Amino acid sequence: MVVLTDLLHVILLVTMPPLLLGVINKTKAWFAGRTGPALLQPYYDLARLLGKGMVLSDTTSWVFRAGPVVSLAAVLLAGMLVPLGRFGAPLQFTGDVVLFAYLFGVARFFTASAALDTGSSLEGMGAARDVTLACFSEPAIFLGFLALVKLSGSLSLTPMLLGPGALGAAHLPFAALMLVAAGLFIVLLAENCRIPVDDPATHLELTMIHEVTVLDHSGPLLAVILYAAAMKLMVISALVLHVVMPVATGWLVLDWLIFVAGMNARQVISWTLVVAAGVGVVESVMARLQMRHLPTLLLGACLLCGFGFLLVLR
Amino acid sequence: MWISSPMALATATGVWAASGVPALVLPRRSSIGQFAGTGLALVGSYIGVVAAAVRLFSAAAVQELRWIGGLGHVTCVLRLDPLAAFFILPVFLIGGLSSVYALEYWPVRRHPRSGAISQFWFGLLIAAMATVLLAGDAVTFLVGWETMTLSAFLLMGADQNDAEVRQAAWVFLAASHLGAMCLFGFFALLRSTSGSFELWPVDLAGVSPKISAALFVLGGIGFGLKAGLIPLHIWLPGAHSNAPSHVSALMSGVMLKLGIYGLLRVGMLAEHPAIWWGVTLLTIGGLSGVLGIALAAAQSDFKRLLAYSSIENIGIITIGIGLALLGKTLDRPAWIVLGVGGALLHVWNHSLFKPLLFMGAGNIVHAARTRLIDPLGGLGKTMPRTMALVAVGSLAICGLPPLNGFVSEWLIYLGLFHTVTDAAAGRGLWTAWAIGAVPATALIGSIAMVTFVKLFGTIFCGRPRGPAKNCADPGWAMLAPMYLLASATIFIGIFPLVFGGLLGRLVAIWSPQTAGAGAILAHSAPLGWITAMGLIFVAASIGLGIFLVRRKHEPIRDNVTWDCGYARPTARMQYGGSSFSQMLVELFAWFLRPRFAWPRLQKVFAAPAAFSCEVPEPVLDGGVIPALRRAERSVAGARFIQRGSIQVYLFYILGMLLFLLLWK
Repeated sequence: MVVLTDLLHVILLVTMPPLLLGVINKTKAWFAGRTGPALLQPYYDLARLLGKGMVLSDTTSWVFRAGPVVSLAAVLLAGMLVPLGRFGAPLQFTGDVVLFAYLFGVARFFTASAALDTGSSLEGMGAARDVTLACFSEPAIFLGFLALVKLSGSLSLTPMLLGPGALGAAHLPFAALMLVAAGLFIVLLAENCRIPVDDPATHLELTMIHEVTVLDHSGPLLAVILYAAAMKLMVISALVLHVVMPVATGWLVLDWLIFVAGMNARQVISWTLVVAAGVGVVESVMARLQMRHLPTLLLGACLLCGFGFLLVLR
Repeated sequence: MWISSPMALATATGVWAASGVPALVLPRRSSIGQFAGTGLALVGSYIGVVAAAVRLFSAAAVQELRWIGGLGHVTCVLRLDPLAAFFILPVFLIGGLSSVYALEYWPVRRHPRSGAISQFWFGLLIAAMATVLLAGDAVTFLVGWETMTLSAFLLMGADQNDAEVRQAAWVFLAASHLGAMCLFGFFALLRSTSGSFELWPVDLAGVSPKISAALFVLGGIGFGLKAGLIPLHIWLPGAHSNAPSHVSALMSGVMLKLGIYGLLRVGMLAEHPAIWWGVTLLTIGGLSGVLGIALAAAQSDFKRLLAYSSIENIGIITIGIGLALLGKTLDRPAWIVLGVGGALLHVWNHSLFKPLLFMGAGNIVHAARTRLIDPLGGLGKTMPRTMALVAVGSLAICGLPPLNGFVSEWLIYLGLFHTVTDAAAGRGLWTAWAIGAVPATALIGSIAMVTFVKLFGTIFCGRPRGPAKNCADPGWAMLAPMYLLASATIFIGIFPLVFGGLLGRLVAIWSPQTAGAGAILAHSAPLGWITAMGLIFVAASIGLGIFLVRRKHEPIRDNVTWDCGYARPTARMQYGGSSFSQMLVELFAWFLRPRFAWPRLQKVFAAPAAFSCEVPEPVLDGGVIPALRRAERSVAGARFIQRGSIQVYLFYILGMLLFLLLWK
């Protein structure tokens, strides 16, 4: 049974990320009154990019090529630590929560260095913004973790995220969880280059962050980057979802969205899709914030998580 | 066994102290003296490292070596307990590696004036540090301590012609003596309460809280100054950046740790310390961490950047010690084990990756003849080995898996999280400090990322700029020590379990009342998982890389950087170091008080302009020096007692001693 759920976890983790991008795009199109690209379009895009050749700048070195590869490995490993649905993650141990956060750090180090490796001022600027804004999102994540640690009494992501559900609806500190979830949702938007922090639709404007750091990657390397970004979105979404919906049984409300996956996977997929749709909604109804307002927004995320933690302490 | 006895380490210390002599007696420009001295140093290091390692991994009883001096009641005691051995090992290891590095970096034939003499002081500095750690009585300790300060001062001033170097050395000397003064008070008080000069562990059962508070404050200031905790760090950035790189490696990697060693010994004095001990260390540690790394990120001189990042790492270590003290007070074994265990491991880790980075900085200075980040770029093209080694060091110092910095920070994080899960009833307010350290440590980690992406990315990546064009990797003497340090960094990062038992034993020495420290460590920090995760991560990265290379795809073409279609990118268009950290510096402007130089483009054909950012040392330049200037003016009337002649000062001392004797 455990082997089966672990296998399912890996399959979901590897195959589902591009679908999330498809859902977000579909949601945005629906809001704008357009038909939009097909739901599976990101898969076609990835397959096409993987088969293409690439142009390497003669300025670059091994760092440029290592960037996407190491990032994907880091995100993949982080995805193995977080539970998808009500079954535990394949890899879980005391303290994996710190590793989870720091794996994204590894990815960021390599992405930013790869951007600087091109010698382009635009990419350098994007890298600088990326690492600077992380100074807000990392404390926010850790404040959120503090609340979850306090709630569950555990230092491993699986019990931390599934534990509160076992408390039963009557004992759940919903207010605290909502605050933490709101904080983590802002972090999710920032970490995954979404509006209002960043706009994934274009990368020519000077206010871009993540998109501009990967301007020079092309072909298979770009495919790896896009895939890793989608997987990161999925992994952090799973984190937020568990906080939003801590009760882990019997919620099959939205499973009409997916009918291919089996019974257990169904909840996961539908829930994750809800967040994806949420991102789409945010992207449709908001404009991107000005760069100088971003620290305030992310500080807000820290404060939300902090207040959530306070409520748990009470 | 002879090898694990204090005698072996005393021998190693003696050999090191003598290692500078051959170069002094041989002709100035002869390399034979330097080679002979380095040979001696390596023999000393070999004996020292083996002796310390055997002591650490064997469970023998603590041995002593006593000499009764000719002055009657003055005894010199050398003792070696595992805690001292833990700190001695890096002293000899980094000492040996740095002296090999110096063969090429600071050869006598290119530095005839300072080469030989600086080798002598270098050997004496190592010997003095070993003496401090071996000392079993306060007199030996202080003799070692003062010798350490003086030899470091003289070593640092090896480049005497530079006014900046001289000033940094003087600030170091003055600050160190302020610390030494506190330590004299500390040991005097210790002697008057315990009744003897014998050290470690000092039994202070039944001492009044006031005296133990005084001990903590005096020891905290004295050792905190040596460790470089904010706001006592004023001497550190200047000293570490102006010293020759192999000396910086030693000072930053090892000498600072003696302050930490002292803080740990102070923490051992009380079985149930007052709660404010832990709270103070947590506060100072957190402040040092956040402000130290923010200052590091703002620097435009890469050696100063590394110096400030030492303050940050010392801050992380202090957070661990503070947590353990809090655990001692509130009786929480897990906090003690994870706090001190993490702090100790970070001591070793920092003494591996910081010398690695300082040696990398030395390679750059050696090749490019500049310490500034902004004029550099694209060095990786011409110095690929240095680039790879600095990459390892940077990843490790950011605390990123799968390298060693992650393991120690992970332990400290786990300890801090434990303050949430097993909160102390009734004393919750004080645990808030430990809880607050969690987001602070996360903030430290993310600013460290800005700092070291700036260091690595803007110096090594991109296109070569001006001075970078004819650089090259140095020879084996400078690279071999770095390879060794980098491999140790990787080894601890992937196989931390090897050191798990050792950490447990050391915690048991630091806090004897904690039963089963090893079991607690094994239970609450599964180090085996770190190995598994590290190996999976490395395997996944390599596997993905191979998959991408092997895959069939259309051909790869080379071209210029695309850069949104700009056809003629030049090296000057790259993001420089100052620009990279500008956003962060602006966020911390309230503390850093940066001076920006903005380019002003006025005419149609604008003149060349550059953006730059200078950050003065906020405590030294912003507080201490102005205050001292004012004080100097206000006591100008008392100047006449300073005659500048040593006889007059000796006369003052004589008078003062007479007065004290008669007054008693």
